[in-house]
Amino acid sequence: MTEPNGRFSQWLRGETDLFDEARSLILNQDGVPPADPPKKKPKRRKTGAMLHRRYTMFHILFVTSCILLLALLLSAVMDLPTFGDPYAPSSNEVSDRYVADGLEETGALNAVAGMILDYRAFDTFGESTVLFAAAISVLFLLQHRTDSHRHAFAPVTTNENDLILQTAVRISFPFILMFGSYVVLNGHLSPGGGFSGGAVLGAGLILYGAAFGREGLSEKLPPERTSRITVICLLIYAALKCFSFFTGANHMAIEIPKGIPGAILSSGFILPLNICVGIIVACTIFNFFLLITEGDD
Amino acid sequence: MLEHIINMRFEIAAVFLFAIGFMTLLHPNLIKKIIGINIMDTSIFLFLAAAGYVDGRTAPIVTGLGADPSQYINPVPSGLVLTGIVVSVSTTAFFLALTIRLYRKYNSLNLDKILLLARKGKEKV
Amino acid sequence: MLPFYQNLPFFSIMLAMLVSIVCPLVKRTRPCYNLTVLATAMLFIFSVIVAICTGLQGESFTYQLGHFPAPWGNELRAGVLEGIMAACFTGVMLLSLTGGHQDFESDIENGKQNLYFLMINLLSASLLAQVYTNDMFTGYVFLEISGIAACAVVMATQTGLAIACTIRYMIFNSLGSGLFLLGVAILYRCTGQLLMEPLHNAVMLLSAQGSMVWPMIVSLGLMTVGLAAKSGQFPFHSWLPGAHSNATTTSSAILSGLVLKGYIIFEIKIIVRVFSLELLRQWHLTDILFLFGVGGMIIASLRARKEEQAKRMIAFSTVAQIGYIYAALGLGTKLGIAAACFQVIAHAFTKTMLFASVGTLIDVSGHEKRLHYLRGSARRAPLAGAAFTLGGLSLCGLPLLAGFGAKYLIANASFYNRYLTVAMLLALAFSSLLNALYYLPAIINFWMPPLEDYPVVRSDRSRRFSLIAFMIVNVALGVWFVPIMNLLLHGIELL
Repeated sequence: MTEPNGRFSQWLRGETDLFDEARSLILNQDGVPPADPPKKKPKRRKTGAMLHRRYTMFHILFVTSCILLLALLLSAVMDLPTFGDPYAPSSNEVSDRYVADGLEETGALNAVAGMILDYRAFDTFGESTVLFAAAISVLFLLQHRTDSHRHAFAPVTTNENDLILQTAVRISFPFILMFGSYVVLNGHLSPGGGFSGGAVLGAGLILYGAAFGREGLSEKLPPERTSRITVICLLIYAALKCFSFFTGANHMAIEIPKGIPGAILSSGFILPLNICVGIIVACTIFNFFLLITEGDD
Repeated sequence: MLEHIINMRFEIAAVFLFAIGFMTLLHPNLIKKIIGINIMDTSIFLFLAAAGYVDGRTAPIVTGLGADPSQYINPVPSGLVLTGIVVSVSTTAFFLALTIRLYRKYNSLNLDKILLLARKGKEKV
Repeated sequence: MLPFYQNLPFFSIMLAMLVSIVCPLVKRTRPCYNLTVLATAMLFIFSVIVAICTGLQGESFTYQLGHFPAPWGNELRAGVLEGIMAACFTGVMLLSLTGGHQDFESDIENGKQNLYFLMINLLSASLLAQVYTNDMFTGYVFLEISGIAACAVVMATQTGLAIACTIRYMIFNSLGSGLFLLGVAILYRCTGQLLMEPLHNAVMLLSAQGSMVWPMIVSLGLMTVGLAAKSGQFPFHSWLPGAHSNATTTSSAILSGLVLKGYIIFEIKIIVRVFSLELLRQWHLTDILFLFGVGGMIIASLRARKEEQAKRMIAFSTVAQIGYIYAALGLGTKLGIAAACFQVIAHAFTKTMLFASVGTLIDVSGHEKRLHYLRGSARRAPLAGAAFTLGGLSLCGLPLLAGFGAKYLIANASFYNRYLTVAMLLALAFSSLLNALYYLPAIINFWMPPLEDYPVVRSDRSRRFSLIAFMIVNVALGVWFVPIMNLLLHGIELL
């Protein structure tokens, strides 16, 4: 019995190549299936002149769109309410309540701290997560998995024998830490808060790390440890905020004391949240410094 | 008209800064692109901060219960700017880490040259 | 005490965030992977419950985050549409994760795999937050999270090309976020509100009075351009092919199928809830959206034909499909928005299946990415070849498949718009033809006799299971697109 000889069966058995046959029918070539990809027209090699010419067209489009954007924005800005207008739409019942009732409802003298850590706390949680995500991404990119990781994380600087710098840092470092802690702890009573205080603390840590090199903080606070501290503080923050959101949404009354104006240990959750945020920011900034300056041989 | 422009000087400055940052993105150097993005973000913070200010009023640190809102500026844009600054710092750090990796690998800060080298390297595999 | 299902949107977002925060503490890969899959499965169940309960109740609900009501505190809002979208996203995420666990071990450096899962969980969290949020600024913060996590997922393989494409993606992300924030700032300056409902009332009042209309138009334009740049819509798509083709298979699937869609759902919420479709039609912004959508549909398809690499071709196809969504939004009717939502669901399932199957085909051909050298790979991995065939035919618009349902619904929606009917029908026809011009040769190429003899390789069970599940869902979407469309319309009424 002969095998079915239709074109489809031939293709199924692997004897003919349907695509090449179709192509040979259309393009009128000899039906030898090519083993390599069909040769396309040779592209001109991108020389410097080619690059330059292509960019001129792109330049023009970009500059045109930038000028268009500028014109649009200027015309829009002209119609906005005047700067400093007390009757502007932005000064409405929202901001009035934050200022007028903020102390009573959140316990914070600083209305901005009360707003970001109590009224609109979900945004701040998201923002801390952005910082955390960026820190993890930098860790992912720049961390070397070597066995002798102890040495790998010491920032290489030329300041190791700089006596003036080291003496100055030894004197100023405790004051910087004290000031940073003051800003964090007083976030609800005066301008400040977790973010600015954390930045000051982080800057102090960077200064110490840059001045003292290998014997400095990089052995006590390698990126793994700072990441772990960051994760724990973020978990504490998340737990506190989850409790607050859940009880608020279900209209369950909470028993956390609202706070006495002027006292540090007050204002409900705002103080622990500020401390957590301060530690997260300080650890993250120091982590960035360690990872970016590592391995600069 | 001129008086209105002088009144809205912060917003107009913010718009010009935004355009300058946008134009800086055109440069192929990676560090300049990062600086351009930072300038754009900063211009938006200027715009937001200007949205909150009210003439003659002071910072929203109240002194006691029953504060009068007509003595303090609007605290909402300040909170928005805080969030924006943290986000801007995060993205800058991420950009710089990427730039460091690319520089170590291709020894260049020119994005177009890096893309060309990367694609060529890919085809050899 | 609220009914239990009303807490579920909040629980979903917090679960995803908490699992992602815990990931760096879980050092070994397997437990981290299992935790991620378990969390995603729970998210899927939560979303389905929300969709069903809100459907039975017949109304959406708002959930107050904290002790302070609407204009002073944050809020979430959930209804039928949000529930369906969240269920779709988490379902696709679950299927891609279960199918992809071989990828993680081979492509990502050992010891950093738990950080990769952290980013995947952050993507889930930001998707859910963008679907459920009722506040513009919360939406902005989660846009940023989504951007950073997506870039981290692209660069996870740490090859030079991946990192270069990541930096380009990050530049467009920052540009998009900057434009979006400027839009929100201008809108806040005009109205003084950040939550969607008070914002809607203020916008309606201002436009009725005719004051500050031009700043509001500019603000909406900036927000739309920002979201379009981040979701790979036509003039701002140059980052997309590089980023999506240089990631691992599962990463490409999740990026193409899900991340882009979160931004689009957020855009739909801004258009329908904050501004309203009548205003958009009055301001002619729908026409601009339609133009760019059609441009994307055609130009991206033309560009995809020239591609030699399989994954880049599929990435350009993504740009074209996103063009469909924006063109449907540009019709300016509720039917158009519902059609766009159906296309979102169809594309999420189809594109993920395409990337997963192409990944398998590449793996069984010695990691060769170029289409010509992938000839015959479907004979080595028949299930992956079948999945690719089904997906390709679906995108070409074969009846009984999801893509046909989407195109049909978009065409149907265009009949209710007086001016754009002919343009939309022509664009749909032309782009379907173009789709066929590059998908059909690829499908035939995969099924042709191979250049050399390789043995048939069976991919592992979970990958096969997820491919079969995707195929079943695709056919289900294609057969039952009318009831699903009615559900979506109902959801948009409640939005």
